[in-house]
Amino acid sequence: MVGLTISTSQANGYLATMPLLKVENVSRSFGATRALAHADLQVSAGEIVALMGANGAGKSTLVNILSGVFPADGGTIRFKDEPFAPQSPSEAAAAGIATVHQSMQRVGAPGLSVADVLLLNRYADGSEPFFLTRSGVKRRAQAILDSAGFDLPLDRDFADLPAATRQLVAIARALANRASLLILDEPTASLSGQESARLYDILLQLKAKGLAILYISHRIADLKALADRVVVMRSGKAVGNFERPIQFEQAVELMIGRKLSHARPGARTASGTPVFEMRDIRLLQDSQPFDLSLHKGEVVAITGVLGAGKSRLMSAIFGISPLVQGRMFLNGTSYKPVNPRDAIAAGVAMAAEDRHQSSLMPADWPGSTLAQTISLPHLAKWFPSGFLFGTREQREAESAIHRLHIRTSGPSAPISTLSGGNQQKVVLARWEAEPSALLLLDEPFQGVDTGARSDIIRAIRSRTDRAVLIATSDPEEALEVADRILVIDHHSLISGSTGQATNPDWSAPLS
Amino acid sequence: MTSLQNTHAIEQGASRKHIWAQIVEIIQRAAIFVLLVVLVTGFAIAQPAFIHLANLMSVLQAVSVVAILGAGVTISLAVGGFDLSIGAVAASSVMAASYSMIVWGLGVYETLPIVLAFGALVGLANAFLIVKLRVPDLLATLSMMFLLTGLQLIPTAGRSISSGLILPDGKTAQGAYDPLFLLIGRYNLFGIVPVPVVLMAIVAIITFVLTEKTRIGRLLFATGGNEVATRLAGASTARLKTMAYVISGILASLGGIIIAARVGRGDVSSGASLLMDSVAASLIGFAVLGLRRPNVFGTLVGAIFVGVLLNGLTMLNIPYYTQDFVKGAVLVGALAITYGLGHRHT
Repeated sequence: MVGLTISTSQANGYLATMPLLKVENVSRSFGATRALAHADLQVSAGEIVALMGANGAGKSTLVNILSGVFPADGGTIRFKDEPFAPQSPSEAAAAGIATVHQSMQRVGAPGLSVADVLLLNRYADGSEPFFLTRSGVKRRAQAILDSAGFDLPLDRDFADLPAATRQLVAIARALANRASLLILDEPTASLSGQESARLYDILLQLKAKGLAILYISHRIADLKALADRVVVMRSGKAVGNFERPIQFEQAVELMIGRKLSHARPGARTASGTPVFEMRDIRLLQDSQPFDLSLHKGEVVAITGVLGAGKSRLMSAIFGISPLVQGRMFLNGTSYKPVNPRDAIAAGVAMAAEDRHQSSLMPADWPGSTLAQTISLPHLAKWFPSGFLFGTREQREAESAIHRLHIRTSGPSAPISTLSGGNQQKVVLARWEAEPSALLLLDEPFQGVDTGARSDIIRAIRSRTDRAVLIATSDPEEALEVADRILVIDHHSLISGSTGQATNPDWSAPLS
Repeated sequence: MTSLQNTHAIEQGASRKHIWAQIVEIIQRAAIFVLLVVLVTGFAIAQPAFIHLANLMSVLQAVSVVAILGAGVTISLAVGGFDLSIGAVAASSVMAASYSMIVWGLGVYETLPIVLAFGALVGLANAFLIVKLRVPDLLATLSMMFLLTGLQLIPTAGRSISSGLILPDGKTAQGAYDPLFLLIGRYNLFGIVPVPVVLMAIVAIITFVLTEKTRIGRLLFATGGNEVATRLAGASTARLKTMAYVISGILASLGGIIIAARVGRGDVSSGASLLMDSVAASLIGFAVLGLRRPNVFGTLVGAIFVGVLLNGLTMLNIPYYTQDFVKGAVLVGALAITYGLGHRHT
């Protein structure tokens, strides 16, 4: 393999004689856990390699080693034909490996403007002047945006931006550092279809310029649009390599280690009186009014681009933000929650978007174990005396672990030690632990691999004693999980409460 | 034979590594207890009077106010806040208690509820600023500290309160400290255990059980850990935060009552170092058991640790002006052990 590596990027007129990055036999353990076991990987200039793998397959570990977050235990890495063992993220960046991590917290901080965040590394390495002028900062930040092809509000506070925009800021900044290898860890996880398409364009342009891209994603749509090659990881090593034309189904089966079941869930027809109804609803002062009704036993997905109003609708139903206009009915009686407590008492449960922000406790903090994560909303019911005695919490956790196939060492495992998919299962288990009339799930598949996703879908669909409303920006996810799909745009449902399974035309522009 | 030796060596190496990890873990969990034993033994050898029961009780009595205030700080830390006003609340409570008895001529049964209500009221005011007006915790309680430090001077025009005080309007105050009230600071239960130590123990037990063993405690910590998640789980974080600040205020005024009962007069400068000392106790508490989070048991141990150290050093004739340096050094050391050694795990 040292000789000629014929890369598909030759089609772009770029000749790659040596792989730009060559990872051989690299291992890494954390305590008793073998996160990487003799992993191999090659990436050539002008090539987009997609890295697929279930949670815990070792993708993030590999990325962290390449970007200098921690070193490997063994094996060799060659980058630009030289041995490569970065001791720190800045060393990796200086060598030409730019990484956009999945977690946006690592990019900027509240109080920094977008322009500041874009120039942050340059403040740090001294390439910006000591005295900063407003116009100079804006000009240089604008240059970074221009080269990435993004249009972002430079003066806005970074923390006020929606997740998708923050993602674009992170990518733009990574590109500004004259990288020869760009690593993207699930860059489209929080992007809408349109925004993803824009990102694909940019990445393909970068590829044409000779940039190598290592792309980690669970989304088949991403891989179809971008990947020259797919490398599948499982149990800490690369187990498959698929060249174009890529057999995605095989790749996914290799990744999860079992056959995919093709049968889409048989759509159940909703009947009888609705469990939940919304009449003449306005989410914003100037948005169109709409109706919505959900029946017992049905799973309904609401999809639309980011900012279309999915989360606002969910928030209104859960009593977080008020409706501008309209009435809601739960089991036929008027339902007017003023806060989540009201909503929960009435029989509505919600697993909100972004589990780290909305559901989990920080590591080492009381309440951060698996069992305690599940019990948080149910403490009053499970511990009526007020004292935390008894085994209720443990028992509920054990049954959830069993039911949802949560991979963990037990009920008292810290939630931070679980992989993303398993954390999401725990969040679902929290809201399934007590019966509810209506279960709201906002982006329940964020950062969840295919295997865990099918477990979650099975769990959601296995119960018919409630209605489930799922908000997702990914139409494929919606198709996979729902009996009925509704499209939301400009804060109003467009394919409204027809009661029929609608298969919306995704090619039609939604905004 | 050589291969056998080899495997033996490897096993030894592996177990050595394992043992080292365990040692680090044990150091983290038990460092402060080991140090405490070392200190007590050392002081007892150097100065046998140190180990006498009466002296040990005086150590506990000396730290009782700091430990009680520290429990309040711990609870405010648990909800993700920080009550900087406790020192000022305690000091104003000393003045309030004195004013109530000396100027108003009230007895212990009126004074205690008045002073505790005063503490609760300050807690409510803090909570109003923080929860309703959304002033950041540190700023709200810092300005409350300022306000109270000034407020306590106004009724007496800046004078300390003792019997025979001449009021701003020219009259002489007729009241005196209720002897029953003074017992709170001066009586020894069974002739050995000072009442403040008993109060400290009661406060420690109640707040420990509340924070670690009850549903409310879990929710208090949940508010501090992730406020959004706690609200989405149906809890009223506004109510929980209010509760934390009210508890903190009440505990601070209890501390003030103990000081007033011990000193027997309303001194304007009392409680100057209380804030620093009680914050230090709760931060040293992070190191106890290697928990790296606020916890009542740790706060108690932290307060006692500092008390033992200061008492011992005083007995060895170490000058009093080194006290703050010693406390600071203990705090720095404790935090370095907790956080510094903790990082090696990852």
